[in-house]
Amino acid sequence: MKNKINNNEMKLEFLSKSNNEAFARISVAAFVSQLDPTIEEISDIKTAVSEAVTNAIVHGYEDSMGIVTIICKIHENEVYIEISDNGKGIENIEMAKQPLYTTRPNLERSGMGFTIMESFMDELNVQSILGLGTKVTMKKKIKQTEEIEDMPVTLEEALRG
Amino acid sequence: MITNYYERDKLLVFKINEEIDECTVKDIRRKADYEIERFMPREVVFDFDNVTFMDSAGIGMVIGRFKQAQLLRRKDKNCKFKQ
Ligand SMILES: Nc1ncnc2c1ncn2[C@@H]1O[C@H](COP(=O)(O)OP(=O)(O)OP(=O)(O)O)[C@@H](O)[C@H]1O
Ligand SMILES: [Mg+2]
Repeated sequence: MKNKINNNEMKLEFLSKSNNEAFARISVAAFVSQLDPTIEEISDIKTAVSEAVTNAIVHGYEDSMGIVTIICKIHENEVYIEISDNGKGIENIEMAKQPLYTTRPNLERSGMGFTIMESFMDELNVQSILGLGTKVTMKKKIKQTEEIEDMPVTLEEALRG
Repeated sequence: MITNYYERDKLLVFKINEEIDECTVKDIRRKADYEIERFMPREVVFDFDNVTFMDSAGIGMVIGRFKQAQLLRRKDKNCKFKQ
């Protein structure tokens, strides 16, 4: 029987190395695949996770090494994702969330990270304390595909990209 | 990434075959800049047909190459997006 697993949770911890970015988004996608999301929903989630994880690595820890933590929860048909670091924190969250705002234009950042998270997910919340770290939480409802003709994503497809 | 240079049209084509994120973009950027300076093409095309994943790092990379093209006072680069 499908859709009987209605509550689930996982936690990931990894070093702030940029080659863990793919690992992070693929792991979350694989976990979320139990809700039978569409390819588009999976790709929205992967992109949002990639943005938050990259921010933790690039801005949070900069040149130092630290731990990035992801907690992912499934409740009914909603996905809750929490991505946190113990890095340098954000001085002005409202300003940081503005489209095109970046503190590192020299690194060819476009300043679109938070804007992408906001538009690809249903909800975005950013908490940060200077010197202590940043926590980004996001939520997204996965539409029930039973009645829709949409092809659900299998685990293999999610892993392939 | 596969690079093709068409001498007759002075056209440089980068076919990107990997996922684009902050990690992989460093390599793409380095190779692209190297080839652009080597060939000094009139036109540069980034082919994203085989790109299965891209985040803001990819946007930054395209904008960055565009600015570089302006610096080199070359004709604008065309970006072929298909996704
Ligand atoms: N985890 C974090 N720790 C510290 N600062 C952060 C963190 N996440 C974001 N920021 C700050 O917020 C700004 C905006 O982030 P956003 O992701 O929108 O843009 P960006 O990372 O600069 O560029 P892009 O994501 O387009 O490559 C960053 O430039 C950075 O100053
Ligand atoms: Mg970012």
